[in-house]
Amino acid sequence: MLTAILSGFFFSLFLVFAGKFFKGKLAVLSALVPLGLFVYFASFIKRVSEGEIITQQYEWVPSFGVNLNFTLDGLSLLFSLLITGIGFLVFAYTAEYLKGHKYLDRFYGYLGMFMGAMLGLVLSDNLISLFVFWELTSISSFFLIGFNNTSQASRRSAILALAVTGSGGFLFLAGSLLLGGVAGTYSITEMVNLSPEIIGSPFYLWIVILLFGAAFTKSAQFPFHFWLPGAMKAPTPVSTYLHSATMVKAGIYLLLRFTPVLGGEEIWNTTLIIIGGITMFYSAVHTLFRTDLKGVLAYSTISVLGILVFLIGLGTEYALTAAAVYIVVHALYKATLFLVTGIIDHETGTRDVTVLSGLRKVMMPVAIAGFLAAISSAGMPPTIGFVGKDLVYESTLHMGDWSTVLTILAISTNVLVLYAGFVAGIKPFTGRLPERHSKVHMPGFLMWLPPMILALLGLIIGIYPAFIDGPIVKGVVKAVGMAGEEVHLKLWHGFNFILLLSAITLTLGILLYFLLKPSKKREKAIAKFDFIAPKELILKFGSGVWHFSNLWTRVFQNGFLRNYVSTIILFLVVLVGYSLFNGEQEFYIDFSSFSRMTYYEMILMGIMFLSVLFVVGARSRLTAVVAMGVVGYAICLMFVIYSAPDLAMTQFSIDTLTVILFVLVLSSLPKYLSISDYKMRIIDGVLSIGFGLLITLISLEVLSEPVNKDVSNFYADNAYILAKGKNVVNVILVDFRGSDTLIEISVLTVAALGVFSLLKLRLKRDDRELKD
Amino acid sequence: MIEQLLIYPLLLQMALAIILMFAWNNTSTQKFISISGSTLNLALAVYLLMYVWQNGTQTVQAGNWEAPFGITFVADTFSATLVLLTAIAGLAVSSFSSGSVIPPRLKFGYFPIFHFLLLGLNGAFLTGDIFNLYVWFEIIIITSFVLLTIGGEKAQLEGAVKYFTLNILASVIFLTAIAVLYGLTGSLNMADLAAQVAAVENRTLVQVNALLFLVGFGIKAAVFPLYFWLPASYHTPPSAVSSIFGGLLTKVGVYALIRVFTLIFELDNLLENVLLVIAVLTLFSGAIGAIVQNNIRKIFSYLVICHIGYMIAGLGMMTEVAIAGAVFYLIHDIIVKTNLFMVSGVIYKLKANHNIKKLGDIYADFPKMSLLFVIPLFSLVGIPPLSGFWPKLSLIGAGWDTENYVVIGSILFASFVTLFVIVKLWGEVFWKNGEKLPELRNFPYFKTLTSVQKVQMVAPIVFLGLVSLYIGFAAENIQQLASRIAFELLDNQEYIDAVLNSAKK
Repeated sequence: MLTAILSGFFFSLFLVFAGKFFKGKLAVLSALVPLGLFVYFASFIKRVSEGEIITQQYEWVPSFGVNLNFTLDGLSLLFSLLITGIGFLVFAYTAEYLKGHKYLDRFYGYLGMFMGAMLGLVLSDNLISLFVFWELTSISSFFLIGFNNTSQASRRSAILALAVTGSGGFLFLAGSLLLGGVAGTYSITEMVNLSPEIIGSPFYLWIVILLFGAAFTKSAQFPFHFWLPGAMKAPTPVSTYLHSATMVKAGIYLLLRFTPVLGGEEIWNTTLIIIGGITMFYSAVHTLFRTDLKGVLAYSTISVLGILVFLIGLGTEYALTAAAVYIVVHALYKATLFLVTGIIDHETGTRDVTVLSGLRKVMMPVAIAGFLAAISSAGMPPTIGFVGKDLVYESTLHMGDWSTVLTILAISTNVLVLYAGFVAGIKPFTGRLPERHSKVHMPGFLMWLPPMILALLGLIIGIYPAFIDGPIVKGVVKAVGMAGEEVHLKLWHGFNFILLLSAITLTLGILLYFLLKPSKKREKAIAKFDFIAPKELILKFGSGVWHFSNLWTRVFQNGFLRNYVSTIILFLVVLVGYSLFNGEQEFYIDFSSFSRMTYYEMILMGIMFLSVLFVVGARSRLTAVVAMGVVGYAICLMFVIYSAPDLAMTQFSIDTLTVILFVLVLSSLPKYLSISDYKMRIIDGVLSIGFGLLITLISLEVLSEPVNKDVSNFYADNAYILAKGKNVVNVILVDFRGSDTLIEISVLTVAALGVFSLLKLRLKRDDRELKD
Repeated sequence: MIEQLLIYPLLLQMALAIILMFAWNNTSTQKFISISGSTLNLALAVYLLMYVWQNGTQTVQAGNWEAPFGITFVADTFSATLVLLTAIAGLAVSSFSSGSVIPPRLKFGYFPIFHFLLLGLNGAFLTGDIFNLYVWFEIIIITSFVLLTIGGEKAQLEGAVKYFTLNILASVIFLTAIAVLYGLTGSLNMADLAAQVAAVENRTLVQVNALLFLVGFGIKAAVFPLYFWLPASYHTPPSAVSSIFGGLLTKVGVYALIRVFTLIFELDNLLENVLLVIAVLTLFSGAIGAIVQNNIRKIFSYLVICHIGYMIAGLGMMTEVAIAGAVFYLIHDIIVKTNLFMVSGVIYKLKANHNIKKLGDIYADFPKMSLLFVIPLFSLVGIPPLSGFWPKLSLIGAGWDTENYVVIGSILFASFVTLFVIVKLWGEVFWKNGEKLPELRNFPYFKTLTSVQKVQMVAPIVFLGLVSLYIGFAAENIQQLASRIAFELLDNQEYIDAVLNSAKK
């Protein structure tokens, strides 16, 4: 299985280098990759349907407990088949759809990467590696949405989509780590056995919230759904493959996968029912207001994703069977509708459904595919859609007290989904063919055959639901922790209440379709409410964040060095002051232990004090720098008094150099300005005195502490005996701690080089590397 | 001879710096010496790490004065790893400098000073003496200051003044902290200090002392609210200089924080909270700072700050997992940040602009190069399984373990903003149709460079890209390294024994 997953990535890598050979006629060959994979996965159907679970394990990062453990059970198999099967058709379709495109190789590269990632996602048994692939699908989706990267709208949609799914991804990461910590393993199979412990843990709520965050963003649930319509900026094969059939179902996959681990609890079921319910109805209503075919399809996709979440929330065996069937149903008809839309767009140059009609006259096979898909989406017999819809009603009717409300919600959603399916699959082909479309012709077979195959499949398995019942659906139901005994897929259940509900749905839907034509006016009307749409609210929030960020950054990084210095000093004074006066030890200075001041010291102190005053009062930078130099020299003299002439010399040269460096730099700065006002100076003054006081207090307290003199005594004792030097300080400098001195010499050397280059090298405007 | 192995990187860098000064005007000789010397240094560093991995912590007592009386150089796994990372980044930037820095700068001591900087970095990582560490910091500051100013352009000097002032302030605080420490214990040897500090009775002064170190190193590490020097200066020098700065300068501060707070001071409640609050605010400020910038290098500068927060958070949580996360992040970050600033340098050579609003077309014009640039960009974001992803596992996991939910939130926030910023940058710089930029007359455009120069600029990006990929895909090896480092840091007896007992042998 690892090879199967990696083949997608290798294919992409191969295209990076050999892409140019694959842009032309050979492009269609790339469809062989998903086809091969499809055959490979199909070969497992028998074994999996017999209850076998195929596993493969590879070590990756065992330190983190992250391993490439793959498991192929019914649920994984269903998704793998969808990914590779629809992948094959989309790969083939693309060869014609983007024929001659300059970057066709890149496109296949991204698709290949996506396919690999998506397969990895549905096959991983290790939660972290599942997350790895999860993120990779988001990234490949980003590149695919932004494929027409010179269009601003594409770029924006790509970023928005990645921002939404990416933020969900980070929640997923946090949730996975928490879950892994609670369960003590990242293996999902093992988690299923630990389910009671996980549900009983105090972190259960956190885990559920975080994983919901991941699933809802990825599967476009309200209020995070808005990235999906934007993602329609991608070329149609991408919309078909990622944003309808596979990637957006990753969230659904996650929920199904974790149903046996986390499911069955009130919070799990209720949240899913509510969010799924809102999503399915809200976005189904939205389809009424769209005129762009892909817009209609996007919203109806969201609606179906809502239905799936809703069904998982119901959580009964009926509901989960319905979910499994619905995944198949939706993948088949929605992919068909998208591919058909792609054909229409490709041949007529428009996707505006208000101007499209009568196209059956010029492209009959496409019309047939569209029609079959539309009736499947409507849930008309004998398509598989009918089976799916029945199961939905069956599940809502079994929900006790809430069955009426839920069933009505399901019916109204289905009515609207029917409407959307008809608008996309039937409306463009019926009616009168407008003059300007009379020259439209059929696309190549690579384009019309894939939707036809999908549409026919929907019909065939509708008539013989046993094709998927035993081999696939049962496997899914078992994988999500159900017995798989209760429900059997059948097209015909006889005349019963559910059939009546179906009939009501169809009647209402068809009525709606005939009464309510898509119109630009309605689309404009609803645009007026955009300001309360989640997308706008989130974008507004985003721009609020931007303004806040700008403010915050400007307040702190305000360009004034003096503010930087005072912020740092303030931070230090507050922090250290707090610690000094709030510590467990009471603040205490032992003044009796200090020696008396000498006259030399007093004079030097006086000089220092005066110079500092001079610095503070200086009217030019030069004066200030020179006065600072005097302070430095006074410190040197202190060293002399305490009999460290060598130290004094070092200090002396460093000081001198620093002053020179400063003076040089100063000369390239603008003239000295007195920019601080009175208030500012007082604040600065208080801060400086506070800082000075604090350091003084600390020093005094330290001085009154007992000292361990081992090291200094060693120096005093051994300077002459071992190091043969009479001056202890000298010996310390050149021998005991000679490395310090060596490095300080290097410091001086570098300083000298720096001064030299500052003096000599002034780049002219022409030959400088930087120009900002 | 092998006993002194750990000081060879220091000797080599110093020798290189001195030799290079003799080739003052001969830029091609300088380039040759620098690149080949850096290659040799890399080999040495690899060998050192392997040696330490197999034989445990190594020490050298300078001048053969036994610890704690002389200066001890110590290579434990942490130090050896950082020396290796410095060698990797050093080689990359050495080559990048050869390709991109213009001759006038090279003729004013660029390479000697660059190697002095590497010397300082290696020294800071290898010293086992707190005052000696200060001295290495001095050389790092002075060399980086000179590297910032070579060329004497106005923007450079303005940035350099801020850089220098605030870093000197940091050094002053650091020095004050050393003075207090010496006053309390009478020792400077870090291994010795571990025991001495624990014995001090006045715990308040110890805490005050620890906070002084925290502020001093915090400025170097560019944490909130002490980071101001970084955004003020990183965008001003030549890209090669930004690269080595972005990769290593702040990391020395982080290294020092980790070392001091695992070896010398124990984190008490206050310190732990201060570190975590700082981490959260650093993640936050750095992230939102990056959102509002338009200059590529300023964006990267703020991201440097932002990501320091991860490491401080790891340090603040102080579990073995958290420290391993911080160390892993450190390893990843040095490589990727160095690389990013080199990427910005190549982009600048291509378009003569740093403004993402004006740039564009890179993907269309240079598809292969763009794919190359994706590696550091996405590694930075931590798109799994690239290098930035793995340490977050440890950090977030440790966050759950220690119930630091705000820290987890900040890590997620910072990761998200990083993702957003990089993706926006990708859209603007690589995808968009850029503005028609005026052709500058004397600008050394990439296309006007010799093919040797082009290779010198692109090869290090490939090199570091491969290293990043290695970190990502062979995360097991790196995590084992990081875990061992974390173990050694928290159980510091091996370090202490290696320093203090080797003398008695």
